[in-house]
Amino acid sequence: MYSSFYHIHFVLLISRQGKVRLTKWYSPYSQKERSKVIRELSGVILTRGPKLCNFVEWRGFKVVYKRYASLYFCMCIDQDDNELEILQIIHHFVEILDRYFGNVCELDLIFNFHKAYFILDEILIAGELQESSKRTIARLIDAQDSLVEIAKEQASSISNMIAQVTK
Amino acid sequence: MNPFSSGTRLRDMIRAIRACKTAAEERAVVRKECATIRAAVSENDQDYRHRNLAKLMFIHMLGYPTHFGQMECLKSIASAGFPEKRIGYLGLMLLLDERQEVLMLVTNSLKQDLNHTNQYIVGLALCALGNICSAEMARDLAPEVERLLQFRDPNIRKKAALCSIRIIKKVPDLAENFISPAAALLKEKHHGVLITGVQLCTDLCKVSTEALDYFRKRCTEGLVKVLKDVVNSPYSPEYDMSGITDPFLHIRFLRLLRILGQGDADASDCMNDILAQVATKTEPNKNAGNAILYECVETIMSIEDNSGLRVLAINILGRFLSNRDNNIRYVALNMLMKAIAVDAQAVQRHRATILECVKDSDASIRKRALELIFLLVNESNVKPLTKELIDYLEVSDQEFKEDLTAKICSIVEKFSPEKQWYIDQMLKVLSEAGNFVKDEVWHALIVVISNAPDLHGYTVRALYRAVQTSGEQESLVRVAVWCIGEYGEMLVNNVGMLNIEEPITVTESDAVDVLEIAMKRHTSDITTRAMSLIALLKLSSRFPSCSQRVKEIIVQHKGGLVLELQQRSIEFNSIIERHQNIRPALVERMPVLDEATYSGKRAGSLPPTVSTSTGSSLNLPNGVAKPPAAPLVDLLDLTSDDAPAPSSSDGDFLQDLLGVDLAPIPSLSGTSQAPPSGTDVLLDLLSIGTPPPVQTNPSTPIISSPSQNSQTSVAPLERLSSLSSPLSTQVSSPAGASPIVDLLDGLSPSLSMPDNKAQESNFSGDNNGLVYPSIVAFQSGSLKMMFSFSKPPGNPQTTIIQATFTNMSSNVYTDFIFQAAVPKFVQLHLDPASSNSLPASGNGSVTQKFRVTNSQHGQKPLAMRIRIAYKVNGQDVLEQGQINKFPAGL
Repeated sequence: MYSSFYHIHFVLLISRQGKVRLTKWYSPYSQKERSKVIRELSGVILTRGPKLCNFVEWRGFKVVYKRYASLYFCMCIDQDDNELEILQIIHHFVEILDRYFGNVCELDLIFNFHKAYFILDEILIAGELQESSKRTIARLIDAQDSLVEIAKEQASSISNMIAQVTK
Repeated sequence: MNPFSSGTRLRDMIRAIRACKTAAEERAVVRKECATIRAAVSENDQDYRHRNLAKLMFIHMLGYPTHFGQMECLKSIASAGFPEKRIGYLGLMLLLDERQEVLMLVTNSLKQDLNHTNQYIVGLALCALGNICSAEMARDLAPEVERLLQFRDPNIRKKAALCSIRIIKKVPDLAENFISPAAALLKEKHHGVLITGVQLCTDLCKVSTEALDYFRKRCTEGLVKVLKDVVNSPYSPEYDMSGITDPFLHIRFLRLLRILGQGDADASDCMNDILAQVATKTEPNKNAGNAILYECVETIMSIEDNSGLRVLAINILGRFLSNRDNNIRYVALNMLMKAIAVDAQAVQRHRATILECVKDSDASIRKRALELIFLLVNESNVKPLTKELIDYLEVSDQEFKEDLTAKICSIVEKFSPEKQWYIDQMLKVLSEAGNFVKDEVWHALIVVISNAPDLHGYTVRALYRAVQTSGEQESLVRVAVWCIGEYGEMLVNNVGMLNIEEPITVTESDAVDVLEIAMKRHTSDITTRAMSLIALLKLSSRFPSCSQRVKEIIVQHKGGLVLELQQRSIEFNSIIERHQNIRPALVERMPVLDEATYSGKRAGSLPPTVSTSTGSSLNLPNGVAKPPAAPLVDLLDLTSDDAPAPSSSDGDFLQDLLGVDLAPIPSLSGTSQAPPSGTDVLLDLLSIGTPPPVQTNPSTPIISSPSQNSQTSVAPLERLSSLSSPLSTQVSSPAGASPIVDLLDGLSPSLSMPDNKAQESNFSGDNNGLVYPSIVAFQSGSLKMMFSFSKPPGNPQTTIIQATFTNMSSNVYTDFIFQAAVPKFVQLHLDPASSNSLPASGNGSVTQKFRVTNSQHGQKPLAMRIRIAYKVNGQDVLEQGQINKFPAGL
């Protein structure tokens, strides 16, 4: 839509079996288009050989992908954008996930998919990079996680109190 | 409260789904979960909203519909606690997108959260706003975001900066409010703020020239200084990436400097030193370093000329190109395409390496390399390059052959120094990949052959040899069949031998064999068979000894299932049997096909190319023989910026529309498979009036189908203009005119007259300045619609069009409504019309403004269908039409 503005149009995490593990859309795509995009791209990317370059030209855009263990991390950008930088952003994301989960694997991202989204939201907004410091991102995520923990404890102590009162 | 009322935990649901062995099982689990969640939604269950939303997101990711959860997101956002808000905003971003009406309901919650005392909640709201806000929300919430650019915590400032980017993209008018807060961000030390601040400034420059001027004057020096500090900063573990401190920051600085330096010598001067430093000092052995170098090269190429820096940049690309890493080679090819505009000679030096990349095993690299080679071809290197490419055609992958074939044909047509070489190359391509050759290409080849009388014998013999070895290539067979039909006796008698040729012995019966095989081969399609039938008829009079055999072959198809073939076979049979006396005259050799008209027609419908004819007799059809979907056309569009005035593509269309097909061979078959009948004028020629055969004088052009209306007289004029100057074939047409022609299929003839008028104004106006000539977009009996164009600064994709309607009739038009539709790649926004009643007799007019955004700007031209409805004396009138000749460059 705004092809003269560089930004990431979407982020996809696809497993080697073609299962979607995370999708984030920064440009408007309808639900129908989304599933079509995912289908098309998994067809192209999962079949590419290991030694080939990490870029696929697709519908006038470029998809930069990189495989980490069983997962393909894909980001779609404009023709003129810097592919090498996107590879670096993917790596940045993976390193932060790794630090958060401690040796991250696909299962972590399946059962804690919402956490992966929270982390991504600290890295990208509006398809633009937000923070280059892994430490800052880790600190922000931890702070928010502990806010959630505190709220949970409060909730359970309140419900205990209610339970005692109504006994 | 029953803890089991909301079913399973998230973790258990995921486990259950993963345990499913079939899709049906999975659907059953999901259906059950969805039912529980729906029940909870309708009970307004609050305790498990959090968990249900998480489940819905997982289900959504599997591709199931989850719209019933949308309101739950809004409720969750509206609740007080951080955990609920966090999951609510996540759900909002995942389950909704900016086009959903529901989104408007969240504006209020967003506004409250942007003012929340908890900075993490402010962060959540900024993140959601930045990812999915619509134009309306952008307008409503811009003041909050602007204020947050000065928030005490840097983590909020950086989020607000990215959010501002989204806002100014949605509503460019708001840009000026953000200029000075954005400039303040450039002085920050925090890397996150700096990265997002520089990004915001970059995007501000793209939407607002005011911002560009501001940053150029006030910030260039400061930016250069900060970048210098970053480049020379000591090792810092927090930002280190493979030995480089914060490559992301480097890249964003280089990008902003690029925009500031472009077209401004002073600003460019100011950044020379730092660019040289980045280009020479950055370590090229890791991806992070190469990403910076890549960005640096692009900046050097874009800013005002500095030859020293450019040499540096081209050298970096040369190093990239010889790198063993495919990624690096890919980006090198990509950049070299841009570098051609700057220094073509330097890029030519790498030709051999690039040619090797065409043969790479990686499809992405091959594609880039082929497009680059295509740009590098010129008169002096066309022969060796074509040879390399054709040699490679033999061994290339099937899926690459189509691209490669199209490029080779295009190169050969464009740069061929002599006809014999052209014919030789085309025969090689046809033999190697004839099935990938587009119809226009072999049509053009036949025209060229027909115009080279001294090569007729040579060509037909070469084709005969080629068919013996590559008989499975359909388009090769077609060309061979046509040539044998026309020049069969030259094949048999070795007429017109060239020195380089070896004589071959072909009997008349051998020649007929070729045709019979083409006729009977089960893979031959109807066009090939129909052409073979005609060739047979022609040979029946030239080869008296085979006449009986020819007749037998023709007779076999009398009972054919295909009507076209059956009819031809019966008609031809009757010519052979009952009209012996006129047969020789009837099947005389085709008159020489008119190259000027043919290539003029093609040029009119195809992207511009430059002809390289060496003499007036050698007017090779130029242009590219592919419909616009082909990547090579995209490529050509890149070069169309400097193309000269547009040619008569519309006049050409007019001819098509009127059915007056003056060119001997139709130029646009549209589909890759030729339509079964009537497209081939050769066939038409013979099918007119047989039996009884009409003695047509072959030297007069034949109008193959009757004109459909009184506007026929225009067509000869068109033809006259294209014939009167042989140069007209070299006039290039507006880029990508062909999609227009496709679109025009449904156009009513009444439109074409005003089209021409409008086009004239189009011709005289210059199409590269910012001033676009107004056009008469539509004219019917009494209604006239004028378009005038303007472009908002800094946004080349968008055009503002003012339509002015005038009514020349004596009745007032009431309830006047104008509607327009555009192709998918264009966005249209209509403002209300100045009035809904249009005064009579041209006494005043109605105006209506609208804005179109062409997302394929520079690649595809605008096109529009319109509908105008109004009432005259209470009677409804509806007028429709299509507008296709917008000035170039919109």
